[in-house]
Amino acid sequence: MKGAFDTPLRPQTEAEVAEMVCLADGPLSLRGGGTRGVAYGAGQVLETAGLSGITLYEPGALTLVAGAGTPLAEVQAVLAAQRQRLAFEPPDLRAVLGRQGVSTLSGVVATNASGPRRVQAGAARDHLIGVRFVDGMGTVVKSGGRVMKNVTGLDLVKLMAGSHGTLGVITQVAFKLQAVPECAVTLQTDAPLGAGLALLRRALGSPFEVSGAAYGPFGAALRVEGMEASVRYRVAALKALLGGDWVESAGDALWLGVRDGHGLGEGALWRVSCKPTAAEGVVAALAGVPHQAVFDWGGGLIWIAVQGLADAGAGLIRGAVAGVGHATLLRGAGAAHFAPEAAGVAALSRALRAKFDPKGILNAGIMG
Amino acid sequence: MDMPLPDQRIITGRDGLIARLRGVLPADAVIADPAETRAYECDALSAYRCAPLAVVLPRSTAEVSAVLRLCSQMGVKVVPRGAGTSLAGGSFPTADCVVLGVARMNGVIETDYDNRFIRVQTGRTNLAVTGAVEADGWFYAPDPSSQLACAIAGNIAMNSGGAHCLKYGVTTNNLLGVTIVLMSGEVVEIGGPWADAPGLDLLGVICGSEGQLGVVTEAYLRILPKPEGARPVLMGFSSNEVAGECVADIIRAGLLPVAIEFMDRPCIRACEDFAKAGYPDCEALLIVEVEGSPAEIDAQLALIKDIAMRHSPVAYRESGSEEESRKIWLGRKSAFGAMGNIADYMCLDGTIPVSELPYVLRRIAEMSAAVGLSVANVFHAGDGNMHPLILYNANKPGDLELCEALGADILKLCVEVGGCLTGEHGVGVEKRDLMTVQFNPADLEAQLRVKDVFDPAWLLNPAKVFPLDVTASRRAS
Repeated sequence: MKGAFDTPLRPQTEAEVAEMVCLADGPLSLRGGGTRGVAYGAGQVLETAGLSGITLYEPGALTLVAGAGTPLAEVQAVLAAQRQRLAFEPPDLRAVLGRQGVSTLSGVVATNASGPRRVQAGAARDHLIGVRFVDGMGTVVKSGGRVMKNVTGLDLVKLMAGSHGTLGVITQVAFKLQAVPECAVTLQTDAPLGAGLALLRRALGSPFEVSGAAYGPFGAALRVEGMEASVRYRVAALKALLGGDWVESAGDALWLGVRDGHGLGEGALWRVSCKPTAAEGVVAALAGVPHQAVFDWGGGLIWIAVQGLADAGAGLIRGAVAGVGHATLLRGAGAAHFAPEAAGVAALSRALRAKFDPKGILNAGIMG
Repeated sequence: MDMPLPDQRIITGRDGLIARLRGVLPADAVIADPAETRAYECDALSAYRCAPLAVVLPRSTAEVSAVLRLCSQMGVKVVPRGAGTSLAGGSFPTADCVVLGVARMNGVIETDYDNRFIRVQTGRTNLAVTGAVEADGWFYAPDPSSQLACAIAGNIAMNSGGAHCLKYGVTTNNLLGVTIVLMSGEVVEIGGPWADAPGLDLLGVICGSEGQLGVVTEAYLRILPKPEGARPVLMGFSSNEVAGECVADIIRAGLLPVAIEFMDRPCIRACEDFAKAGYPDCEALLIVEVEGSPAEIDAQLALIKDIAMRHSPVAYRESGSEEESRKIWLGRKSAFGAMGNIADYMCLDGTIPVSELPYVLRRIAEMSAAVGLSVANVFHAGDGNMHPLILYNANKPGDLELCEALGADILKLCVEVGGCLTGEHGVGVEKRDLMTVQFNPADLEAQLRVKDVFDPAWLLNPAKVFPLDVTASRRAS
């Protein structure tokens, strides 16, 4: 399909997406609102924003189905009116990535975007129960549905989550939802890094259902959510378990900052997933290099900003995380954005992409 | 049930195959005596039986790899098997296959509380995973009814759920990584004790793939600290509709019980006759279980009681002791045994949107009456995962076929109202031919393409999941 590259394609229906992909005579650069993509392929821009609108919302069944281009904020507002939410707390990366625009559900799904509550409630992929997409040949495919338990056929829903637009153009998504709890309390204490991370792991190993466990310039922080009486009980139990002085506060400001990667410096920005006990070692590998780190998921996620290295710190970070996790470069140049995969995994992923996008036109090449 | 014609070339070469299997495995790992392979002729879908060529019981990933490499080279089909508890015929053999059982691979490889995972060999039973960590105050959350017997390999293959997955999710939400052996014999490590995939979420598509993509030999599983306590409440209602409304209200109120179980009158009566649990005589019964400290449990149950009372329950019984909790669960947990005591039964597994519960139950009652076979309903109401049990007489000619036809109609109804064919048991051979009710050819083709990548020769777990006519050209080539 001919068209100036600076005029994005904005299909309004799934059928239009299929037609555009079918007729594409070159690569397509897919995006939702362009607010969170780790990378976008070269080529004609295709945005999902026209595929907007909630098609089904059943608060009593905790399910929502919406067009892939529906703004995240719109969904959040509709859910909030019924005191419900997306439990996985998708981050807003506009500030740290210097992006404008409106975050859409397709971007949330394509990047499997999850925030602090992932440690308790799971990732975006765990809440995604259905998806429709157009593959690289222009064929419409559906997987999953609108029910919470579904093992009918291969789970392409999970495969689409986090595929960064390399397997298809997502056109519709279905999520399971969570009720907003009555009350949330944040606990904070000062502790050196190693001891602070140990406190987080200890809290996560308790039966007191922590829904946030972060360490940063604010010290060690825990979040407890639920019915008020239960929160009061668990806060007291956690304090007794962990010892030391903990400051209690209400409100979500600290968690929004952790969610969105705030408080880090300039330079290359990394999100590192690792075995929680390995977190301290990963950051220690950067000794002598200017950097800042904020830890989430009890140490299972590290945001790292690195300054002054030509490879963005990839050698040090990916070296330290080898065998205990993986690192994604969100912002900066000098290294591959996505972690290189072991040969067997890479071969399977390559073969899957070739099956879903044989022409190699969907955000081609961005994931390796 | 239609199965593809067995490959006579392979059957003729059986002796040579067995000799070669014995060349790559210890002597006791290859079972070829027909008397001994009999135990592997079926799984829990016992209406169908077929003897495999041989059964292999490897003890390591390397041995699994050797078997698959050999079978791949010889063009022999392989049916992977966990503990053989599939209700869907997920490990139903073909006459020209080797059954590969992982039951002897049942060890714990690593337990790490600091990082909240356990790494096990997948022949380990579900309950033995919890058993390995229970004394230290931890548990593995997915809890299929067969958890005493079923293996983690099968749980991963079927993405198993259980009564408590309303709160904790199903297998896929608690699986961190796997060692998978592809049909080629190649061993691939996917994921690990950390969050999310660096690239495509292969773990997500492997979980629930019903042995179509590879044999999972080891797994990293998320373990959780055990809650301080749990207590159920039992409530009876004058109609299925009212019970259904009560479920929706509990969910809407933002309460998150760990389980909401629903039984209808035929099921209540059968369970009561069988287990004498002291259930009330009513149309519909809910068991709602909550967790936490004693005070938290009291607070949640108070809210649940408020909601229940608005629906005028005919019975409301809160457990006040371990013994009372046991009694409340007794009937529910013996539901399948109770049914087996009355008749042969077929257990369905469709999921529906919770809002469609009353309508679907009404339609099932009508369909059951029209056919003349009783249907009892017991299910996980919080997530809409139904388990209609159709009672029939296996010794009565034509009854099984009648039962299967009614089952198919009920599953079609589930799909029609926005649900799916199977919520936790899997498709297997049982629901294979219904897949076209839920998926159009393009949807299925996308799934077949994934299979093409992992098992290009289509040798793994043949004739399952996908309708035979849809896969005919691939199987032939």
